[in-house]
Amino acid sequence: MSSGNGLADLAGRILQAARARGATAAECVLRESRELSATVRLGEIENLKEAGGRGLGIRVFIGHRAASTFTSDFSWPAVERMLDSASAIARVASEDPFAGLPDASELGQAEGDLGIYSPEVAAVTAEQAVEVARRCEAAALAVDPRLTNSEGGTFEAATSRKLFANSLDFVGEYRRSSCSLAAVPIAAADGEMQRDYWFSRAHAPADLDAPEEVGRIAAQRALRRLGARKIPTARVPVVFDAPVAGSLLDHIFQAVNGDSVYRGTSFLANRLGELVAHPAVTVVDDGLRWGGFGTTPFDGEGVRRRKTVVLRQGVLESYLLNSYTARKLGLRTTGNAVRGLAASPGVGVGNLFLEPGDQSPERILAGISQGLLVTEFIGMGVNLVTGDYSRGACGLWIENGELAYPVEEITVAGNLKDMLRNIAAIGNDLVFRGAVAAPTVLVEGLTVAGR
Amino acid sequence: MVDDARRFFFDRYNLSPSGLQNFLNVAMERGGDYADLYFEYRSSSSLLLEESLLKSAQQGISVGVGIRVLSGERSGYAYTDDLTPEKIIQAARTAAQIASGPARTHIVGLHASVSARPSLYPVALAPTDAEINAKLDLLRRADHAARAFDARIQQVRVGYADEVRRVLIATSDGALAADVQPLVRLSVFCLARDGALSQRGASGGGGRASLEFFQQTLTPETIGREAAREAIVQLHARECPAGEMPVVLGPGWPGVLLHEAVGHGLEADFNRKKTSAFSGLVGQRVASDLCTVVDDGTLPGRRGSLNMDDEGAPTQCTVLIEKGILRGYMEDRLSSELTAAARTGNGRRESYAHLPMPRMTNTYMLAGSDDPQDIVRSVSRGLYAANFGGGQVDITNGKFVFSASESYLIEDGKITAPVRGATLIGNGPDVLTRVSRVGSDLRLDQGIGTCGKEGQWVPVGVGIPTIKIDRLTVGGTAQ
Repeated sequence: MSSGNGLADLAGRILQAARARGATAAECVLRESRELSATVRLGEIENLKEAGGRGLGIRVFIGHRAASTFTSDFSWPAVERMLDSASAIARVASEDPFAGLPDASELGQAEGDLGIYSPEVAAVTAEQAVEVARRCEAAALAVDPRLTNSEGGTFEAATSRKLFANSLDFVGEYRRSSCSLAAVPIAAADGEMQRDYWFSRAHAPADLDAPEEVGRIAAQRALRRLGARKIPTARVPVVFDAPVAGSLLDHIFQAVNGDSVYRGTSFLANRLGELVAHPAVTVVDDGLRWGGFGTTPFDGEGVRRRKTVVLRQGVLESYLLNSYTARKLGLRTTGNAVRGLAASPGVGVGNLFLEPGDQSPERILAGISQGLLVTEFIGMGVNLVTGDYSRGACGLWIENGELAYPVEEITVAGNLKDMLRNIAAIGNDLVFRGAVAAPTVLVEGLTVAGR
Repeated sequence: MVDDARRFFFDRYNLSPSGLQNFLNVAMERGGDYADLYFEYRSSSSLLLEESLLKSAQQGISVGVGIRVLSGERSGYAYTDDLTPEKIIQAARTAAQIASGPARTHIVGLHASVSARPSLYPVALAPTDAEINAKLDLLRRADHAARAFDARIQQVRVGYADEVRRVLIATSDGALAADVQPLVRLSVFCLARDGALSQRGASGGGGRASLEFFQQTLTPETIGREAAREAIVQLHARECPAGEMPVVLGPGWPGVLLHEAVGHGLEADFNRKKTSAFSGLVGQRVASDLCTVVDDGTLPGRRGSLNMDDEGAPTQCTVLIEKGILRGYMEDRLSSELTAAARTGNGRRESYAHLPMPRMTNTYMLAGSDDPQDIVRSVSRGLYAANFGGGQVDITNGKFVFSASESYLIEDGKITAPVRGATLIGNGPDVLTRVSRVGSDLRLDQGIGTCGKEGQWVPVGVGIPTIKIDRLTVGGTAQ
């Protein structure tokens, strides 16, 4: 990896060279990353991968015309070729009065430690990674003799360094690290096989759950699926187990994402200030949450990250925006720009979560005479234009407040507009396992299709 | 073209057969059964037309080499995007960590493999080298056709993407193979509005071809109109029924059923590890005798086609299910070696940064003899699914889903009202046993599929004639 100021110097040179080619504004992002991963299956190493990569992306504006280019080659002739093609294609792009860098007053970055980088991650050796993966899988397989096979235990560690600069004199840089640990055991009985998984993720190795704990939970999750049945089609209360309840927030995010709002492709477009969900629902995006998996000091355009209340007691209070979508909607950016190397900025979450309620998941289940606890969804059957929702699912049938037996090969269907209003209970079990998190959620009025 | 690809890497990165041999020697200095080098130079561009404006235009290049060492069931992997000899040797040493002890094979001299068959995707002008204005013209034509289709079309988004992948593969068993792989795709998204009702429609197409594809095979106008038509049809769709019922799949893209229900389950890695619901079923009945399913990487110009797979093996047409009987799996090098099966040219990877694994190419069911209209007439009450979004499968328990984007009720043998999109769910090892009619109208999709597995995305194709499944669970809301 290049040393200290190498990236900043290169960025400065790129912006200068862009201006020399007639760009009226420009930005660039430079990234270096390293990864290490080990998978152990049935006690033997299956894969060991260790590598590093880098890339740079450039966006130039000629007035209100924009173009982007990217390359993994940091040599100056390669960078110059990218600048040449960026300015050539920008001249072909359409004049879009809303296109441009963010307003200079929006630029800025959070100071101080955000809890997103640990140097310990880069120090993990291949031997340690293999050992942790091995312990995790072994713990899973030791739980019960019905755990006869496995897709393995995996440990992954990654670090990255990102520098972003634009022609409004913004220069920002941060490092991030992450490591994760997972087990995917397979339980078998009477000719039936069921796989499930569990994982732990953290910025520092020391903050991961113990491999034995991760393995044990994965094993229990696989075992509880054995003996799954198909159930008759019915309209019943559906409980979204906390690890899958985050998918509801993914849909909410897609619906308040500035891109779908200005395009009119969201069922929440033009609804600001309206009650769109049950009054118990408050959804917050916090891009600066300490140690959050979506935390960064600035967004993909160099805009200060912040905390935005999206839904307050069921009322749609804010969309999530970058500077382009904000200008299209006549609003201010919420610091939610995300930018890969390759493209113009999109909109992404910081740390998006549903505020927890006061009931334990057990208490929520206790109040249901007949219903479904969903533990996994498959498929993408959501139409954000209409809110229509239909997804494959498996989980556990609830009878008289207790988990009765596993169910599979069923679908859960409704419409997100109704589902948000019909949230009848929210659990107190909010845990962040990613940038999007939710506690257990009970939704009424959904159709479960089976036999 | 193959020679061009080899010369491209040799000239630009100062590589030579002896240099490659040296990298392989380093990769195997701690032992192992096999090593390979996968050099990739990928050039790509994309354009987005929205509100009839060219809002986003991009171009880029990614270059790197992935180095793999196999030792028994173990894979060691490392990659670098810096193609200097020092960095490649460093990556080779990293990949070598997996092995210990003396090498079980000795490295044989590299010899360039010469393919007997002509390229499946010769192009005079690579799409990435075409004039940007020629690409923009395609976007404008699709945009115009979609808007002209119906006054209720309010929003049109047209995306274009192309790439050319140059690949050079050197292996410790002496193979030196190269390929140039073009790919283009045009896709249209439409939003229709009628009063308070809104709906979406989408269509697209492409292949391993130059821009001429959109003059000769599939015009931008066809794609634009098709997306608009789907959005308009869906505007007044009713609630979809829920529960088990007969389902008729239309020809073409609904072949995604095969991809999810049986395709993934027949990838050799899952079967070698016995984690697939299809493990150990070779020779047994997994479909009705009307069903013959193949995976064919050799169809000229198709999105899922390849001259060679990403391990340098020639692609082929592999019979997966023959008249209902499971015949075999899709193999990569590792699985075929470990199970003594023949390689099928299905070892694929997303890029140099990824390990290859068994993946589909173009997966489809052969045509039967039924008249498609007769098939619909045979259903008194059921669902006709004309188009799909995507799907997913749980390999281990065999449960799969795929989501309809355009479907209709069948009432008394006739296709009647459109219904809202719904997810269909079934069980891979038995869904095809319920296929009671297979149409004569085999159609392949237009070239839009991208398949994800363990975080790696690769372009694929699917195809199917009209078929009737006697019973499948439909995830609607109407009871």
